[in-house]
Amino acid sequence: MAKLMTEQRFASPDDVYQLLIDSHRDLTPDQSTRLNAKLILLLANHIGDAEVLAEALRVARQGME
Amino acid sequence: MHATFSYPKYSFTPSEEQRTGNVRRHPVVIVGAGPVGLTAALDFARKGVPVVVLDAEDTVSVGSRAVCYAKRALEVWDRLGVGQRMIDKGVVWKIGKVFNGDRMVYQFDLLPEPDHKIPAFINLQQYYLEDFLVAQARKSDLIDLRWLSRVISARQEADHVVLQVETPDGVHAVEAGWVIACDGAKSSVRKMLGLEFQGEVFKDRFLIADVVMKADFPAERWFWFDPPFHRKQSALLHMQPDNVWRLDFQLGWDADPEEEKKPERVIPRVQAMLGADTPFELEWVSVYTFQCRRLEQFRHGRILFAGDSAHQVSPFGARGANSGVPDADNLVWKLALVLDGKAPESLLDSYSDERVAAAKENILNSTRSTDFITPKSEMSRVFRDAVLELAVDQPFARSLVNSGRLSTPTTYTDSRLNTPDSDSFAGKMVPGAPATDAPVERDGLSGWLMEALDGRFTVLYAACDGPVPAEVAEALDGLAAGPLPLVWHAVTDRRRGIAGELVDSAGRLRERYDLIPGSVYLIRPDQHIAARWRRFDGAALSAALDRAVGHTVGC
Repeated sequence: MAKLMTEQRFASPDDVYQLLIDSHRDLTPDQSTRLNAKLILLLANHIGDAEVLAEALRVARQGME
Repeated sequence: MHATFSYPKYSFTPSEEQRTGNVRRHPVVIVGAGPVGLTAALDFARKGVPVVVLDAEDTVSVGSRAVCYAKRALEVWDRLGVGQRMIDKGVVWKIGKVFNGDRMVYQFDLLPEPDHKIPAFINLQQYYLEDFLVAQARKSDLIDLRWLSRVISARQEADHVVLQVETPDGVHAVEAGWVIACDGAKSSVRKMLGLEFQGEVFKDRFLIADVVMKADFPAERWFWFDPPFHRKQSALLHMQPDNVWRLDFQLGWDADPEEEKKPERVIPRVQAMLGADTPFELEWVSVYTFQCRRLEQFRHGRILFAGDSAHQVSPFGARGANSGVPDADNLVWKLALVLDGKAPESLLDSYSDERVAAAKENILNSTRSTDFITPKSEMSRVFRDAVLELAVDQPFARSLVNSGRLSTPTTYTDSRLNTPDSDSFAGKMVPGAPATDAPVERDGLSGWLMEALDGRFTVLYAACDGPVPAEVAEALDGLAAGPLPLVWHAVTDRRRGIAGELVDSAGRLRERYDLIPGSVYLIRPDQHIAARWRRFDGAALSAALDRAVGHTVGC
């Protein structure tokens, strides 16, 4: 069974973080929301494993209910 | 309105029991002469069971209503001798296209493989369909169609049901061993029994406009999200016979249904879609909302629910009539065996189990389509729009576009009537699956496997390029002569002169059923697979047959 990898995996974490932030530069909140949705869909398809996605969603929702 | 169809008027003739006051006990009474009730009636008649059909009205469906009829329902009707007439009159189609704005984002083919007798879909106004079914029913002496006969109460006794029926001549009692309630989404029988019909209501309204016009759209299903002619809402186009076109416009929850039905509101919407200079006539207009809900169980003692009375879905996916007809298909052979004393009454519980599973599948699909077409939250809309945007260039996103997942038959995966595989097979013909078609030659004539699956149990023995061993033929002849309605066929590669052989000259049957010499399939009267083996074992076959008629206890 595939498992969500939560250990640090980036070669350069600060670069990745900046990439995410920079991609939203000059966007309205609505545009940013759209971008995020498209990004999630692209990455979900890349992962291609509903179990991993479900696990990620579970972790992401922690503290919200 | 309705320039293209004149409604038949079926006359009310008081039944003998109403005239004389002598209450009669009928084995089966069907409530509702819609597509599901009439299908059940035709199937009972074919099995030699007399039925009374009570309908509150005296004509067919008013309005085109259900328009899309799927392969599986057509296969059932073909078995009952009425499918070809529907196909001949209907518009045959299999391609669906989905547009976002003015760009096509997705296209699907509902029957990508060749060599099937019955097409993926036809479009046909429901009034034609019912008219054909009534005409077929009238040919049978075993079907007693009673119009203007409204059931006003139902009382269950130990071994029968008493219905009070209101006709133009007053109220009288009709007794039935079994009642099949096919009286639609607003089923009065369901209300009489006080049964809960639970599910989800969707907050959206849709306008249906059937227009008559000469147009050169292809015979395909076209669905738009946010089209230029109807911004921020969806629209749907379907071709029907007689130059009638079904247009469907999403209106939103705030639309006023009475206002939206007025020609001065409808015509501009149609003109925006078709262009101002396309001449058309409005044939029928309706505004609808929808719900996805079902009964917990479809059997309640001696009353069985089938079709919309048992389950209701949104129209996206054409899963209404197309799941009601398989209800009838599933129920009739079981009840006929019970009436004949050849199966225990508990077999009828498998009707509920199998068709509840199908209803769950249909409701799931229908709900998912509806959530895509009518997003329930802001974020749901954001994801929907993101899918549509990505779908233009990203193939993966096209599979997420959901404008209705069109009706496909349910595989009864968990049915207790199935004998689980003990041998290994490839392909889709697992126990519980609906049999798939293949061309075969029979008695020197080209035909179809589905024609051989004629409403009895069927055993297929794959002889391929060899003979049928004498002991196998003897065992199968013995079963065919037994109490259950059963027929067997050898499947051969080329004509070998075996009685009843199905010659698989194109090799599709071998391919689709993964047949090798000695393979055996047991197929139910409703054309679902019951069991299969790699080699013939008479005891295993008898046990599977017992199981398929509900004799196995404790599973």
